[in-house]
Amino acid sequence: MSEIVIPYQVEPHPMTGVTSGKLGIWVFLASEVMLFGALFSSYVLLRVGTPAEYWPSGVEAGLNVPIGTVNTIVLITSSITMVMSWASLKMNNLRGFKRFMGATIGLGLAFLMIKSFEYSLKFSHGIFPAVGWPEATDPSVFNALYFTLTGLHALHVILGIAVNVWLLFWGISLFKSQPERFAGRVEISGLYWHFVDLVWIFLFPTLYLL
Amino acid sequence: MSASDVENEDFKQHIKVYVMVFVALGVLTFVTVAVSYLRLPTAAAITVAMIVATVKASLVAGYFMHLLSEEKVILWLLALCAAFFVTLMLVPLATMVGIAPLWPL
Amino acid sequence: MSEAHPELGFLRKYVFSTDHKMIGIQYGLTALVFLFIGFSLMMMMRWQLAYPGEAIPLVGGFLKNSWVDNGAMLPDFYNQLGAMHGTIMVFMGIVPLAVGAFGNYIVPLQIGAPDMAFPRLNMLSYQAFLIGGVIMLASFFMPGGAASSGWTSYPPLADIATTGQTYWLFGMIFLIASSLLGGINFIVTIVHLRAEGLTFFRLPFFVWSQLVTAFLLVLAFPALQAAAIFQLMDRLAGTSFFLPSGLVVGGEQIAAVGGGSPLLWQHLFWFLAHPEVYVLILPGMGIIAEVIANNTRKPLWGYRPMVYSLLFLGFMSFTVWAHHMYLTGMGTTMSTFFQATTMIISIPSVIILSCLVISLWGASIRFTVPMLFAIAFLPMFGIGGLTGLPLGLAAPDIFLHDTYYVIGHFHYVVAPGTIFAMFAGIYHWYPKVTGRSMNLRLGYAHFWLSLIFMNGIFMPMLFEGMAGVSRRMFDPTGYVHAQAAHTLTLVTSWSAWGLAVSQIPFIINFFWSMRKEERAEENPWQATTLEWATATPPPHGNFDAPPVVYSGPYEYSVPGAETDFSPQYVKQEG
Repeated sequence: MSEIVIPYQVEPHPMTGVTSGKLGIWVFLASEVMLFGALFSSYVLLRVGTPAEYWPSGVEAGLNVPIGTVNTIVLITSSITMVMSWASLKMNNLRGFKRFMGATIGLGLAFLMIKSFEYSLKFSHGIFPAVGWPEATDPSVFNALYFTLTGLHALHVILGIAVNVWLLFWGISLFKSQPERFAGRVEISGLYWHFVDLVWIFLFPTLYLL
Repeated sequence: MSASDVENEDFKQHIKVYVMVFVALGVLTFVTVAVSYLRLPTAAAITVAMIVATVKASLVAGYFMHLLSEEKVILWLLALCAAFFVTLMLVPLATMVGIAPLWPL
Repeated sequence: MSEAHPELGFLRKYVFSTDHKMIGIQYGLTALVFLFIGFSLMMMMRWQLAYPGEAIPLVGGFLKNSWVDNGAMLPDFYNQLGAMHGTIMVFMGIVPLAVGAFGNYIVPLQIGAPDMAFPRLNMLSYQAFLIGGVIMLASFFMPGGAASSGWTSYPPLADIATTGQTYWLFGMIFLIASSLLGGINFIVTIVHLRAEGLTFFRLPFFVWSQLVTAFLLVLAFPALQAAAIFQLMDRLAGTSFFLPSGLVVGGEQIAAVGGGSPLLWQHLFWFLAHPEVYVLILPGMGIIAEVIANNTRKPLWGYRPMVYSLLFLGFMSFTVWAHHMYLTGMGTTMSTFFQATTMIISIPSVIILSCLVISLWGASIRFTVPMLFAIAFLPMFGIGGLTGLPLGLAAPDIFLHDTYYVIGHFHYVVAPGTIFAMFAGIYHWYPKVTGRSMNLRLGYAHFWLSLIFMNGIFMPMLFEGMAGVSRRMFDPTGYVHAQAAHTLTLVTSWSAWGLAVSQIPFIINFFWSMRKEERAEENPWQATTLEWATATPPPHGNFDAPPVVYSGPYEYSVPGAETDFSPQYVKQEG
């Protein structure tokens, strides 16, 4: 076991003003921005390269806007419950933390359930990643993009839920001995979770509304 | 004891802001969905949708992710990232000008 | 803080270690094995190129029936070897060695830190690398063989290739994850864990090079991650992200959705792969800087311009990628844009090289083995860089693209460039890691033979390319113009086998020196940087007490000082 003490895990670095964990998660989020940037850039390139009459709108491709809107609200709500769970912790309100974190996890799971319901709806209508736009005789890449982008986003949601579950049930034991360190971990998980919400804020209009 | 009371007061202010941001996000979501029913021409539709999305994202980033009060090192890191993000979004597209469409054959 | 703590079991100490030094050694040994494998693949290819259709000596009889026909290489196997040689050398050899091994071991020591900022993440990075590497190698033994569409995996070919390509994609996902996690670790470590008094402009150049490299890894790799996911979807889920409409294979139109863009892959791939080549060279330049300063007994000439050049180079590396795509039909405006950025990016490169060369002026050079490799690096990297210029301009690139000239160019930078830097680093830091010195005579032999054979391999390639011989061809002698260049091929091939033999003194030296009784001194090179301030090998936690830094990294031959080196961590009088 490493007995070495690595500084700036709880107290911020004098020059940067942040903890190592916070700097680390932002560097990671920068890489995630580049990942989703590459995905969006591909969407743009493929769409611009295809004449407009051969590119379906979200609705034409079989997407359900009301369900997508509900999912968007679900994720936005989970974002505020996430930040509230962190704020509760900073105000020493452990019960509040548990409730809000539980809500965040629940809303995350709700998002996934609604998503899988959407997927199964599409599959039952014969819409798969490799199948083209159903109404037209000429296939397009829209469905491939829809499944890949939302699928990758969903994977990120799953990872976020897993981390939050760990924090709520196992990581929470750190609160007694090092409350600030635990609050830092929750904040870092929150930053990741907000980012996942942020991606959906762009994904939803791009795929469903345009 | 009073030091943490002051902190708690601080946080209660923050919480008010969080709730306002949440309401704004909800409203903007309905706005963007409503606008989509207007069936605007493509260029306008994309512009409006992206502007609304950017506003929503800025609210999440600025308030929930605390970027408005964050240290400079983080902001510079994101600025660097943004520069490369924009490059990746625009430049491959720029090389496609004048190339045959991907569909149909 | 190296307090006494309960002895760790074998697994926790050697296999699941979170100590950056152990992880660095794990990376180093694994990377050296992969480099050896990648080199062996090339040696087999070199036989086919020199003596097309003849049975491979020694190993031919042992190879599978799908690989060879009576010992003579089959074309598909040649393609597998080609694709995997590049992949293994770049992603499983050089980057893990330069960043994972040297970076991990040396950076925390040079900045006076007890370990990396995230030791457990560090361990995860190594494990992801190992898993990715194993997947890549295992692909050779799967039905259909390994990936065979070049290390660049261009669609449509890669989209429809055998299952080996799917293994390549999964392997890349692990390798990319490893680099991303490692990059995060390096950035936070270098920014946050520097010792007291170690300001940014007192950092050894090696640490600067690792910092910039880490940013390149973190911001560029995600693009290839995205591309790999798209290609996996194409191959496994039947999508057509990269498959164009109406693709005809073997006379028949393939049953794919179509509407995709092969150029999209190229953009995403090269968005990573251009910064990747700077990932390959920057740590090497860092090592060369350390070795040159140490063996000239002078501060580096132009340390500040070198640092600014590093930063500028890192930034520019994200703006040049389509110079790999001049022949894809882009318009003149974009072509001009990329030619301009490519010419501009050569400036910081030249500044760094020039400063290193000028650092030799007026120096009292100690011709130690690391210094020999460092001095040789300079003209070799110079040739590599200069031969890049006609490739960076679109007009001459029309003739040189996809010829042996390209192979000659990039190998000059990576082989007698980076690999020489790696050798320099091994000889230089060996006493720090093992407490022993390497044998001098074996070192000299290794150096001179390697230098001669490296040039023997890659110089002819430049001429072969100018003669129009295409790369990636199983049997170039099928073409008349390539037949005329066949003598060059023979020189290259025999030099390659000569280079292989030249590594024997190194391998013997590497393992035999470890077992010597006689221990090296604590600071045998009389160096000024922090890694020499602690015991050899450094204990868990590295330093007895957190070191304090009082001066710059290369205070050699300071006027009025007692010795010709003034370590950073020792307070000087006056």
